[in-house]
Amino acid sequence: MNFQIKRKLLQMIAFGCSNAHLLNFKGGRLYTGKWKQFCNPGLNCYSCPAAGFACPIGALQAVNGSRQFSFSFYVTGLLLAFGVLLGRAVCGWLCPFGLIQELIHKIPSPKRKLKKGFLYVKYVVLVVFVLILPVAVTDYMGMGKPAFCQYICPAGTLEGGLSLLLAHESLRKAVGTLFSLKMAILVLTLCGCVFFYRFFCRTLCPLGAIYGLFNKISFIHLEVDSHKCVGCGKCKAVCGMEVDPVQTPNAAECIRCGACVDVCPTGAVCLTCRTKSSHTRPI
Amino acid sequence: MGNNIKTPLRIVCLFTACAFIVHGISRGEALVVLNKAVNICLECIGLG
Repeated sequence: MNFQIKRKLLQMIAFGCSNAHLLNFKGGRLYTGKWKQFCNPGLNCYSCPAAGFACPIGALQAVNGSRQFSFSFYVTGLLLAFGVLLGRAVCGWLCPFGLIQELIHKIPSPKRKLKKGFLYVKYVVLVVFVLILPVAVTDYMGMGKPAFCQYICPAGTLEGGLSLLLAHESLRKAVGTLFSLKMAILVLTLCGCVFFYRFFCRTLCPLGAIYGLFNKISFIHLEVDSHKCVGCGKCKAVCGMEVDPVQTPNAAECIRCGACVDVCPTGAVCLTCRTKSSHTRPI
Repeated sequence: MGNNIKTPLRIVCLFTACAFIVHGISRGEALVVLNKAVNICLECIGLG
């Protein structure tokens, strides 16, 4: 079984585990059990009726913007642990919204390459909307709002917003300009995903930005055996994230999907959690 | 980055992560997360 089949299976299992409470869609209720104090490693809105865990980006903003705390050791620790252990393998193998984007990308259409400048937008989103605004802009009670969730997150609009609005008439009556803005971002994101592989992950996702920072040190990483590599360029050509695994095997954009491992004719590229021989290419 | 730097860095990061998680839980952050996650977040769904 190649990496792509294994990955799709694990993505579907992760999607199912993250959204196990399907019956909640019927009444528009949320799961309220204790598991929701734990964060999902991938992006999955906790206001989705089926969600069984908290969204790490939502949780980070909630604690940082709360009256009691201005820094979340708990969520930062979880993100640090996921990052060091898995890096962006979380995006490639476990993220529910990543799977949605990949399925949308299968819609037949001309596929485009993303300009490099767009890749840096997600770092601005992380710093401004996730780290600064929830702490800096507070109400009269000293509470900040989750700015990324409020103004940008298309996962929240798709998984939480639409399903809850369908179930609750009272919420439908409250729809206004903000929801229109979020719907526009959702539509743009989904259209972007048709033409660009994982458009949201690469341009806007603050979680991808965080995990990308750990790719150089994460336990799961790519290694390229320079003795076996024949320089055919197939790995670079097959990479949806537009990474060259031979030159930068642990680039921040690599989601460890393993497509390069599958396509390598000499077995030079390897996805591993162990540091192997000395003739592997350094980062 | 060489492997002689990476391995200790990974271990330091993991220990830091564990310490952060324990400290965060001990001061009640997990309850803040739970409280936020079990109620409909109007900001998340575009109404807040």
